[in-house]
Amino acid sequence: MVCQQCNERKATVHMTKILQGKKEEIHLCEQCAQEKETLNFENSFSIHNFLAGLLDGTTGTPFNPQYAKEIQCSECGHSYDRFKQVGKLNCSQCYQQFKQKLIPLIRKVQGNVRHTGKVPKRAGGIIQLKRELKDLRSRLAAAVEEQEFERAAELRDEIKALEARIEEM
Amino acid sequence: MAGWLNETGPQADIVISSRVRVARNVDGLSFPRDLGEVASNNIKQKVYDAVSNANAILREEFKLIAMGDIGEIDRLNYIERHLISPDLAENTTTGNVILNQEETISLMIHEEDHIRIQCLLPGLQLEKSWDIANKIDDLLEERINYAFDEELGYLTACPTNLGTGIRASVMLHLPALSLTGYIQGILRAAGQIGLAVRGIYGEGTEFLGNLYQISNQVTLGMMEEEIIGNLNDVTLQIIEKERIARNNLLHTKKIELEDRVFRSFGILKNARKITANEAMQLISDVKLGACLKLIHEIDLEKLNSLIAMIQQGSLQKHFNTSLDPKERDVKRAELIRGYFKLKEK
Repeated sequence: MVCQQCNERKATVHMTKILQGKKEEIHLCEQCAQEKETLNFENSFSIHNFLAGLLDGTTGTPFNPQYAKEIQCSECGHSYDRFKQVGKLNCSQCYQQFKQKLIPLIRKVQGNVRHTGKVPKRAGGIIQLKRELKDLRSRLAAAVEEQEFERAAELRDEIKALEARIEEM
Repeated sequence: MAGWLNETGPQADIVISSRVRVARNVDGLSFPRDLGEVASNNIKQKVYDAVSNANAILREEFKLIAMGDIGEIDRLNYIERHLISPDLAENTTTGNVILNQEETISLMIHEEDHIRIQCLLPGLQLEKSWDIANKIDDLLEERINYAFDEELGYLTACPTNLGTGIRASVMLHLPALSLTGYIQGILRAAGQIGLAVRGIYGEGTEFLGNLYQISNQVTLGMMEEEIIGNLNDVTLQIIEKERIARNNLLHTKKIELEDRVFRSFGILKNARKITANEAMQLISDVKLGACLKLIHEIDLEKLNSLIAMIQQGSLQKHFNTSLDPKERDVKRAELIRGYFKLKEK
């Protein structure tokens, strides 16, 4: 197949563009493709644009316009709107500041919003204990359900001890 | 030379390499995009010191390379050997990579995140890769306060890496499944269970040289071992299917298969100019021939390294000059011819 642009070289870049239901096929050689700006996928579409696009469903719609109330991260000063443009957060604090808005997006992308994997050993000691606490509480509930009161009493004591340890930290 | 290029690992007839990459950030600082020079250098130094001083545990020597200190061809060459990412190569102001001698471990500093720990091993060795990356992560954590949230896990610049920050991938050579068309169903199924499939060299969705990279998509809500285990299980199933397809071809279409393998071999040994895309396809055929013992004189690891050597960065590095696309095709053919001549002697 010959390049549609220069009609000389062999077409090596093939692309299908579907715009409002209309399909258009373009076949170009490497050189012409580089010159043709419309092929620049990086600018027009990337995973980050895509992420930002997912947000549109949860923010302003024509019937529910969002007026100028930009949220900004108090740490780095970057706005939530900027995240919507680039699809990346600017600092770790941004997650705290924009949490409410980010959670639906994270759920869409990851299918989950609760980390269950590795925890930093040094900083994460308390997190590890809290996880254990949660686990003990659900075991307590199960023991009560099954009327194993002796076991439940043991678990209750363990929970109390763990709570005290977390309190001290 | 990167470990995965000069040796083969378990399941080498199908799995070229296994990679685990872990994303980490330092607490209380902007992500690399917006981080000043002093703070950037500070992080780089901390990471470098942490791994250099841990020789006793890692028994490795590490070198530090600043993206700004090396030329474009060198950067491209590192990308082709999968030791750095294109994003890191672009950051010539604060981007750095810390590599071990074997080039199986690379720590990318100031890519999208402050730290990306990567372990890349030949063959199917996902668990071992994770084990090594995990150890280095522990080591760094002794000196660095990571950005971590109780609910969201390790915090990353992009929400697609949140939680474990782990991206595990395998590079597979699947000529028989591609040839028979069964690959389409496998790709669809992989997508449905949360795995992403990509081509390895080249842009977008092409699968040059029948090489496929399969990786996990979800990083949050699963344990690292689950993520690694899932990918490992799926990979083993794909390996089995590829082996069945290869055997079928060998038994039902032996002459066609041999014809294809030896034609490809002939072109590689004789062509005077060749594009990377064509060479990748032909090498794939020869590799299949070598795995099925149709061709005896070639080692698999040599073919793996050839795939990397014919990419434009490595090629220009080899001839030590910058080449335009036409010159590259001629030099590539020259390199391949010389390569096989050497092998036959």
